[in-house]
Amino acid sequence: MDRQASDAIIARIAGATEAVGRTIRIMEVCGTHTHAIGRGGLRAVLPKGIALISGPGCPVCVTSQRDVERMLLLADRGDVTVCTFGDMIRVPGVTTSLERRRANGADVRVVYSPTDALELAASRPEREVVFLGVGFETTAPGIAATVLQAQSRGIANYSVYACHKLIVPAMEAVLSEGSRIDGFLTPGHVSVIIGPEAYEALSQTHGIPCVATGFEPTDVLEGIAQLVEHVRDRRPGSFVQYRRAVRPGGNRRAWDTLMRVFAIADAEWRGLGNIPESGLAFRPEFAAYDAVTRFDLPEVAPVSLAGCRCGDVLKGAIEPQECPHFGRPCTPRNPLGPCMVSSEGSCAARYKYG
Amino acid sequence: MADEQIVMAHGGGGALTHELLTETILPALGSSSYRLPDAADLPGEAGLVFTTDAFVVKPLFFRGGDIGSLSVHGTVNDLAVSGAKPIALTMTLVLEEGLSLETVEAVTASAGAAARACGAPIVAGDTKVVARGEADELFITTAGVGRRVPELTLPGLRDGDRVLISGPIADHGIAVMSQREGIDFQTRVRSDSAPVWPLVEALVAAGIDVHAMRDPTRGGLAAVCAEFAEDYGLSITLHEEDIPVRPETAAACSILGLDPLTVANEGKLTAFVAAEDADRALAALRSAPGGEHAAVIGVVTARRTVPVTLRTRFGGQRLVEMPYGEDLPRIC
Amino acid sequence: MCLAIPAQITRIDGVRAQAVLRGNEIEADLSLIDDPKTGDWILVHAGFAIERIDESEARETLALFAEMGEGIGGPAGV
Repeated sequence: MDRQASDAIIARIAGATEAVGRTIRIMEVCGTHTHAIGRGGLRAVLPKGIALISGPGCPVCVTSQRDVERMLLLADRGDVTVCTFGDMIRVPGVTTSLERRRANGADVRVVYSPTDALELAASRPEREVVFLGVGFETTAPGIAATVLQAQSRGIANYSVYACHKLIVPAMEAVLSEGSRIDGFLTPGHVSVIIGPEAYEALSQTHGIPCVATGFEPTDVLEGIAQLVEHVRDRRPGSFVQYRRAVRPGGNRRAWDTLMRVFAIADAEWRGLGNIPESGLAFRPEFAAYDAVTRFDLPEVAPVSLAGCRCGDVLKGAIEPQECPHFGRPCTPRNPLGPCMVSSEGSCAARYKYG
Repeated sequence: MADEQIVMAHGGGGALTHELLTETILPALGSSSYRLPDAADLPGEAGLVFTTDAFVVKPLFFRGGDIGSLSVHGTVNDLAVSGAKPIALTMTLVLEEGLSLETVEAVTASAGAAARACGAPIVAGDTKVVARGEADELFITTAGVGRRVPELTLPGLRDGDRVLISGPIADHGIAVMSQREGIDFQTRVRSDSAPVWPLVEALVAAGIDVHAMRDPTRGGLAAVCAEFAEDYGLSITLHEEDIPVRPETAAACSILGLDPLTVANEGKLTAFVAAEDADRALAALRSAPGGEHAAVIGVVTARRTVPVTLRTRFGGQRLVEMPYGEDLPRIC
Repeated sequence: MCLAIPAQITRIDGVRAQAVLRGNEIEADLSLIDDPKTGDWILVHAGFAIERIDESEARETLALFAEMGEGIGGPAGV
């Protein structure tokens, strides 16, 4: 896509924004969008009338502090190898982080895929391997697949600490918190799995358009243009910009794999609290692969990080820069909370990219 | 500080490395400097420049190079960007019990060949062996001496200077990372490990008044620009569409979720020259071996609020921050 | 929520496949998609193919995706 084409999209956005005649508040639900917007420097090319608000779609950020503390308890066990996606390793606990536990000798490994954790377990049957399962509908089916593979291959030393989340209930929760949103840029890859229909009810109930959008800078610009035009035309509905990957009905096979292993359950979110039917719990027949029951992890009382306002940022209640700690003392180097850690966190994206 | 510990990111060449140096090591050494330069003039020996570097790369052999040749290139490049032609090197090997002699031979043969090719023979050295588990196969430390080239006064960055890079970035970091344990990923990206002296020499031969140079190793181009901007109290604007990146390297960065600006190079030169010298400097670099894809990628300006900015290809702009430390594959 | 990249399947062994994106070969698990074949373009997230995309769609992504790769010799083919 050349500069002319992107300029044309930007002109469309500007025209529609002007026609609306007020600030249009767009929530990019997905952390990968937050990252793409920051990295592409897209805020600088959008008209002033567009406010981009980061939503609760950074999986590391929305992981509750209780879950973080229990992951750290797992890392402290001498008999467990903890495998995690990279971003999780620096999330601060109340007193420590996985990175610091690793420096103290805990066996914590960064992996690229849950299949790496499964293969590690297969190669060392004498050692327990736990994968830290964070992520939304894009990531969770793959993790479910590793559980099914562990079962069929008889790999008995593999388990998952599962705190997966579902995106639509979180969007509902954001709206019920009173955040005024004119349109949702919905996550392209979650939409690949769940299909655009999944947003239809929310969109019609609240009269808010949703556009499932891809992740290249021009995708994001085009998604915003479509969204602003729907807002202008007062046209709610679930639309798709990311047509090259999002199909009607989503990926049934992936969804069915997910539902074989997990059942929809209530989940605790950082900032948004307990949201009914917004998470995934192991079905009883797969309890052996649930790290919580396998290691009899104790309940952890609700805790919060001193001074951290990530919860308010995740709800869209404050902008990252409105947090009194933003940039001082909270930086990606010395994060007080997860939104400053994850490369998809809205605080880290704002701090890094401006 | 008593409960603070070294974490991997302290070795990443980014902000945390900088913090370790300025807050712990330099005060403890009693150094009056706020930074240990990559290379320094030998006190009392006019024209001689001295440097040292340690190599702990894993795996030892990677596409496009190995720890042996890398240990030579790293050190001669520190000399070259300080304006000194490498003369001679020393090499210290720390070997882990159980390492095969074949590996030792392959690594040292590679180092010897690289040193000869650079015209800087390895003239002294030391070998130590530690018990199995106390080192990871093999570590190398090299030190080097070079002679300052009088034409290269390197007076420092100035407002209006142009930023040049000698070729496509991020190849070394990707080549090494792709062969690390735990990353299921094969690539045809090869490390760019090479001496940069021929590039420096080409600039000298063309009579370019180079204001400053650096080889963007750990922390990549982002770290070099952030350091220079900070050191000189100026700002730098980079132009995304002018920065050369091989398509396969760009794709690999997308796979791993990395920003090519922060990924390591081991054979690239970043040079800052006056605007009126930029075209000639570019021509000089392009005529030198390894400089075929050189480009002018940015401009130095008076200090603005942001030290380093990237103009993106859509006309957007964003900060370029000093990378934090360890490059981690980003996944979610 | 997550990065996913397009790649073309070059070899299939059970549920595991090798797939290539511009000189980079990655492994992908195919258990989440129906009836995968060698030569198919897939979208890979965290080691899993999450959808099949047709070739022209893949090239559309790659064209967008050329990003910083255009610096040397223009956008390269796939």
